[in-house]
Amino acid sequence: MNKNPILRVSTKILFAPIILFGLYVQFHGDFGPGGGFQAGVIVASAFILYSIVFGVDEGKKLFPSNINLFLLALGGLLYGGVGIASMLLGEEFLSYNILGSSPQSGQHIGILLIEFGVGLTVSNVMIALFNAFVSFKSGKNK
Amino acid sequence: MISELIINAFLVTVMLAIGIALLKTRTLIFTVVLTSAYSLVAALMFITLDAVDVAFTEASVGAGISTILFLAAMAYLPKEEEENINSQILPALTCILLGGILIWCSYDLPEIGLLSSPVHQHIVPDYILGSRDDIGIPNIVTSVLASYRGYDTFGETIVVFTAGVAVLVLLKNNTQTSKQKNKNSKRKVS
Repeated sequence: MNKNPILRVSTKILFAPIILFGLYVQFHGDFGPGGGFQAGVIVASAFILYSIVFGVDEGKKLFPSNINLFLLALGGLLYGGVGIASMLLGEEFLSYNILGSSPQSGQHIGILLIEFGVGLTVSNVMIALFNAFVSFKSGKNK
Repeated sequence: MISELIINAFLVTVMLAIGIALLKTRTLIFTVVLTSAYSLVAALMFITLDAVDVAFTEASVGAGISTILFLAAMAYLPKEEEENINSQILPALTCILLGGILIWCSYDLPEIGLLSSPVHQHIVPDYILGSRDDIGIPNIVTSVLASYRGYDTFGETIVVFTAGVAVLVLLKNNTQTSKQKNKNSKRKVS
């Protein structure tokens, strides 16, 4: 835990805008640069910043490990699930045309969902890696 | 054209300087910071090539999160890199030879952005038109990444997932075995 008030206050002020920017990059990837990978990293960086300033235990209170691991797997499942859904509707794996009323809206829905899956997996892998490295106890210290 | 040349020359000089500094330094924290700076310059270079998405990824992943992960992992490493006692003539020769071959080959590359170059002839026109007509998304990179090459992106996501899980399993196992060792040693003492 960092006692420096400037760091603590600026972290609290920055936290929400970083998440907001991550969401913007996530859902605006169709129109501008960005997408799931970048957005996932940006969202993860907000949580990692919080963990660095307030300590790992506070960070785990904010974002518990079991939810983290659940969402980590859910992202990949969501991506694969979109593929399976398009198969069940009678198209090939990951052909989004069938998902909407028209091929274009189907593509929009499919791309939005799989980008969200990518974002979920990437952000949660980054947070989980950071937590694992920080709370790892190496054998020789004991 | 001239301004582009000046910008490229500046970026390459900065990259070279960072590379040489990386070779010289033996302190791990400097290595991490310099690698991050290198990634940032590489991101600027991608912007001059109009590859905004790649630049964005390089800046956020290469300069941002990997630096944090390196710093977090660095706590378990010694602060200084060991001095390399092996001869460095053969590696240096290999690098110079390979670099020379690559530079020599680069003269055969078509000019950047040239419309008649093979990469822009094969399937790219279909993607550019299809992104507008079939998918309806202005960002062609996203339509290629998420729709035309959806399988590849699925593979990438699974790679990220697998790598994350593998690291978690490795680190978890280590703590468990050290706990078990402690229990064993305690049993021996008692």
